Amino acid sequence: MSTVVRVQGLTKSFKEVQAVKGISFDVAKGEVFGLVGPDGAGKTTAMRILAAILAPDRGSAEILGMDTTSSREKIHDRIAYMSQRFGLYQDLTVEENIRFYADMYGVEKKQQESGIKKLLNWSSLTQFRKRPAGKLSGGMKQKLGLACALVHTPELLLLDEPTNGVDPVSRKEFWNLLYKLVDEGLTIIMTTAYLDEAERCHRLAFMNKGEITARGTPGEIVRLIPGGVYKFKSDNPFEESNLVSSKTGAVSTVFGSQVHVMGDVTEQDIQTTVGRSVQISKTQGSVEDAFVYLSETVYDR
Amino acid sequence: MTDNDYAVTLENLTRKFGDFTAVDDVSFSVNRGEIFGFLGANGAGKSTTIRMLCGILKPTSGRGIVGGVDISRTPEKVKSFIGYMSQKFSLYDDLTVEENLNFFAGIYGVKNRKDAVNRAIESAGLAGREKKMTGSLPVGWKQQLSLASAVMHNPDILFLDEPTSGVDPVSRRKFWETIRAKSDDGTTVFVTTHYMTEAEYCDRLSIMRAGKVIALGSPDELKRKNDRDTLEDVFVSLVQQTGDTR
Repeated sequence: MSTVVRVQGLTKSFKEVQAVKGISFDVAKGEVFGLVGPDGAGKTTAMRILAAILAPDRGSAEILGMDTTSSREKIHDRIAYMSQRFGLYQDLTVEENIRFYADMYGVEKKQQESGIKKLLNWSSLTQFRKRPAGKLSGGMKQKLGLACALVHTPELLLLDEPTNGVDPVSRKEFWNLLYKLVDEGLTIIMTTAYLDEAERCHRLAFMNKGEITARGTPGEIVRLIPGGVYKFKSDNPFEESNLVSSKTGAVSTVFGSQVHVMGDVTEQDIQTTVGRSVQISKTQGSVEDAFVYLSETVYDR
Repeated sequence: MTDNDYAVTLENLTRKFGDFTAVDDVSFSVNRGEIFGFLGANGAGKSTTIRMLCGILKPTSGRGIVGGVDISRTPEKVKSFIGYMSQKFSLYDDLTVEENLNFFAGIYGVKNRKDAVNRAIESAGLAGREKKMTGSLPVGWKQQLSLASAVMHNPDILFLDEPTSGVDPVSRRKFWETIRAKSDDGTTVFVTTHYMTEAEYCDRLSIMRAGKVIALGSPDELKRKNDRDTLEDVFVSLVQQTGDTR
């Protein structure tokens, strides 16, 4: 498999804050690679360097064999970057927005007609092509944003938290669209604060305080929780979760009315700490559990 | 039961924009101290409903009672005992943490302003960061500050419109812990979200589609009734039946 992205020792500071501290990773063609981590971990800074918008202080990022600092424009011709605030023109129609981006990227007029038709069809926006972007629902706006980003048929797509504020049905559609593109050979790097989405990536890098502290497939990331996850139901989940973590030193989190406990702890420890007879089950856990575990153990010990 | 046993009651509440019916004959009640989750696809009518309940938008027909007050008759009264926080965090980026809280305390006419601001800083976990510029805070802290601003006047009912968009899981959990504590103290919480892991924290949920409420119950009830293991599956199966084409 060919390497599309090669990042080596990437470092970037803003005044006294070191946002990205010497991270390295490779992404292969056709991969969906997720950068996850707490707010302020440095994900967006890393993405902006990959998009050749921001220059690193040290280290390098190579996109399709080109360096992001010395070949900015060539890179921009071959990648797409969609951030949380993708610029759609609210008073232009769906079709006009796509056409605008096609012109901006210098897509030849001859190719525009068939390209736009294909994108409208692919995003199921054909019947809404005369509607102003400002009158679309959130899910449709997001699909339009993606269609605009893809108008110059990029080889790499960078998505920075693309699904914030989008409902589950639209999110599912969005992912189906992404997978179709990946089948055609597109490579995707994305950041997300939602771990059910991270489960859909082929590989993940977990960032915390500017560094990559864990990496692997979603399954491998989950297996970083030593000994799995204990779960029990509670009427006061937050109270009992805090009790367990403060008394046993384990990491504990809450999922609805369920308390999840991870780390160096036994079922008996949990029983004793909550002081009532609880039915405890044990599972492997999810990427969200792993996220909480990694966020709270690696640095906050 | 009288209206006063409920924090919020909707009776055939309807709102039209021209020939488009955004909220279509919706009726339900929210108990005092309950965390009520208000779900639906983008464009289903959630925000329009919340704006009516907050006394910002007048219903076309039907009735809405919030804290015993009729939202059509005296919408201005509603604002004194509700708090409202949206995903846009209505904070001033170029004011410090303390200045933002002071500003909201002023708007709400909070007495003993200094004490109230100090208490808010404490409860939001922002002690030591009072002088920080709001714009420079990470999203998770902005969210805590935004919540602290919305509850400066100790509202009985709290409306949260997608309060956690883009916030990481650890910060989100802390946020929900704060919300649960508020509800335990008797505050009613009316919240919209697109994230089903969060919907799990609610006592009861309603799901809206095309202006109508199509499901109502506790997370467990909804899963059982629809014979699905997760709320995500419940949501997708109910909402996808017609799709989001409005």
